[in-house]
Amino acid sequence: MLEIKNLEARVESKPILRGIDLTVKAGEVHAIMGKNGSGKSTLANVLAGRDAYEVTGGTVTFEGQDLLDLSPEERAHAGLFLAFQYPVEIPGVNNTYFLRAALNSIRRSRGQDELNGAQFLKLVREKLSVLHIDQSLLNRPVNEGFSGGEKKRNEIFQMAVLDPKLAILDETDSGLDIDALKSVAEGVNTLRSPERAVIVVTHYQRLLNYIVPDYVHVMLNGRIVKSGGKELALELEADGYDKIEAETLEAQPALV
Amino acid sequence: MTDVIDSSYNSYLTAFTETPDSNISADWLEPVREDARRAFSRIGFPTRREEDWRYFSVSPIVETPFKRATEGPGTLDRAALAPYSLEGGIGTQLVFVNGAYDASLSTIGELPTGVTLTTLAKAIAEQPELVKQHLAQTAKFDNHAFVALNTAAMGDGVFFHIARNVVFETPIHLLFVSQAGAEATVSHPRNLFIADENSQATLIESYVGVGENVYFTNAVTEVVLGANAVIDHYKVQRESATAFHVATMELTLGRTANFTSHAVTLGGSASRSDVNAFLGAEGIVCTLNCVYYGNDRQVIDNHTSIDHAFPHCDSHEIYKGILDGKSRGVFNGKIFVREDAQKTDAKQTNQTLLLSDDAQINTKPQLEIFADDVKCTHGATVGQLSDEALFYLRTRGIPVADARNLLTYAFASDIVSRIKVDALRTQIDRLLLAQNDLEGVS
Repeated sequence: MLEIKNLEARVESKPILRGIDLTVKAGEVHAIMGKNGSGKSTLANVLAGRDAYEVTGGTVTFEGQDLLDLSPEERAHAGLFLAFQYPVEIPGVNNTYFLRAALNSIRRSRGQDELNGAQFLKLVREKLSVLHIDQSLLNRPVNEGFSGGEKKRNEIFQMAVLDPKLAILDETDSGLDIDALKSVAEGVNTLRSPERAVIVVTHYQRLLNYIVPDYVHVMLNGRIVKSGGKELALELEADGYDKIEAETLEAQPALV
Repeated sequence: MTDVIDSSYNSYLTAFTETPDSNISADWLEPVREDARRAFSRIGFPTRREEDWRYFSVSPIVETPFKRATEGPGTLDRAALAPYSLEGGIGTQLVFVNGAYDASLSTIGELPTGVTLTTLAKAIAEQPELVKQHLAQTAKFDNHAFVALNTAAMGDGVFFHIARNVVFETPIHLLFVSQAGAEATVSHPRNLFIADENSQATLIESYVGVGENVYFTNAVTEVVLGANAVIDHYKVQRESATAFHVATMELTLGRTANFTSHAVTLGGSASRSDVNAFLGAEGIVCTLNCVYYGNDRQVIDNHTSIDHAFPHCDSHEIYKGILDGKSRGVFNGKIFVREDAQKTDAKQTNQTLLLSDDAQINTKPQLEIFADDVKCTHGATVGQLSDEALFYLRTRGIPVADARNLLTYAFASDIVSRIKVDALRTQIDRLLLAQNDLEGVS
């Protein structure tokens, strides 16, 4: 589904991604872990098409298309979804209007009929009840005045409505208390399916107790330096990032 | 140059003194109008050397030979008014065509005892004492050329009076329609609203244009609120694209009166609005909000002045502008807090969204505070659409053009959502959605 080869990117003149290789297949859940500044959020944003980052090398293929050639909206139409680390507040636009505009844009791009108001409401009510989210969310302006937990749950709700093929969760666990974390994880788990892939970007192992990944990758200085199964996350939790950093330094001093 | 302007004054004055509005006439009024004529001759049209007119050129108005329209009522039908009408939503609607009252297009529902809603001409004839007491008392003409011109050339408008303790919940819509012929025409609508102690009402003024020809609306509205009176006021400016619109609203507010105005300014090639509030008693609350939307080469100039003369008064002001194309916006907000006006709470905000590189805003908050125990804040922000918000919408699949429109609409809807009259809010909301190529939520 997603194939990243030797991806390099920089912000202003500073290289952030220094050669990422990653392959994600349908049905898989990948966790990308790393310290602050390791480049994991940059990777998520580069995949979503944020133009503050300049891609300087490598390729990204998504469902057979050159992802880097697509605008952010075209990436969404192709089935990519980014759950933001910091969801943006948009005063004056209510959630329902926003989501219906988004869903219908995606449906239009795929040659599907747009949903009318009634059809759309039926769909969002279903999703809300699956995710145990209160209906009052629909009439509020997008993320405005939301608590941290509400914002993250709103991201998961949008994901459920837009039904992407690949969901990238950028530090969706950051700043959440354990109850909010569990409910966000539960939301993600209900959306797991053999057709959908998920990339979970996180600093902490705890989220992975609830969203159990198939693969774990550790990023350091803009590269994936170690990959493994779900047990790698536990190792990291026990030993910290310092051990991996030291190992990497020993094996490949040029990397650090 | 001076000669040209001088002769323009004369032609302006001649045009109106030779053909006065015969309906607006009374012995006591003649000296007032004569004073106004003299004031206008003396002060003349403002030039851009004057601070208050620095960004608004009156030359196009001065150079156009405007005449009072000879045709008005009877030239339009209800279908032509449909885009502007609130008749279906609220019932009571007075329609003026080219400055004259059109009874056949107007509907006045049942009015409670104590409410007078009529034309100024009729009020002058029927209740001269009350009119005389207030007309040209609140709107001073000795330092404002357009108020002087309006007073000298005074056209018909609306007289509204609500007696003590009367609450009139039905909003009243005053619709001023202009339709110029081949010759450029001018109207000088004059409104007088008087709310006695502890009364309450809602008034909506709309100024709209039909057709493409050049005309000029020079309106003056005087508002007098007694103690504890509550007036919700709205003004919609949808003049046609070639029109000029100059309007002044003058407010005199009594003790613990509450005056709220929401203005929506969309039309006109050049428009100027002055709102001046005198808070001459304790406990007054005065709210002035506005959203304006300029495109092409439109000029939209808003001046407000709020004069806190007594303690414990609140004023709130939010002016939001959206400027596209080569349009120019001006905001000048004066707030005076006099020495006695302790415990004043004054908030003023001017936010501008510039949608093109060629659009311009000149914003000038002006606070003069002479009391020492007050809370006064003002802020002016000028910006473009947020890149963060645009990116967020696009990652959800919304194409960039739609995302821009949605954010622009959202910027304006902050003010529109405060409109309490459902029929009006819906009308404005649809206009803004259409202007931004967005469809409504069904």
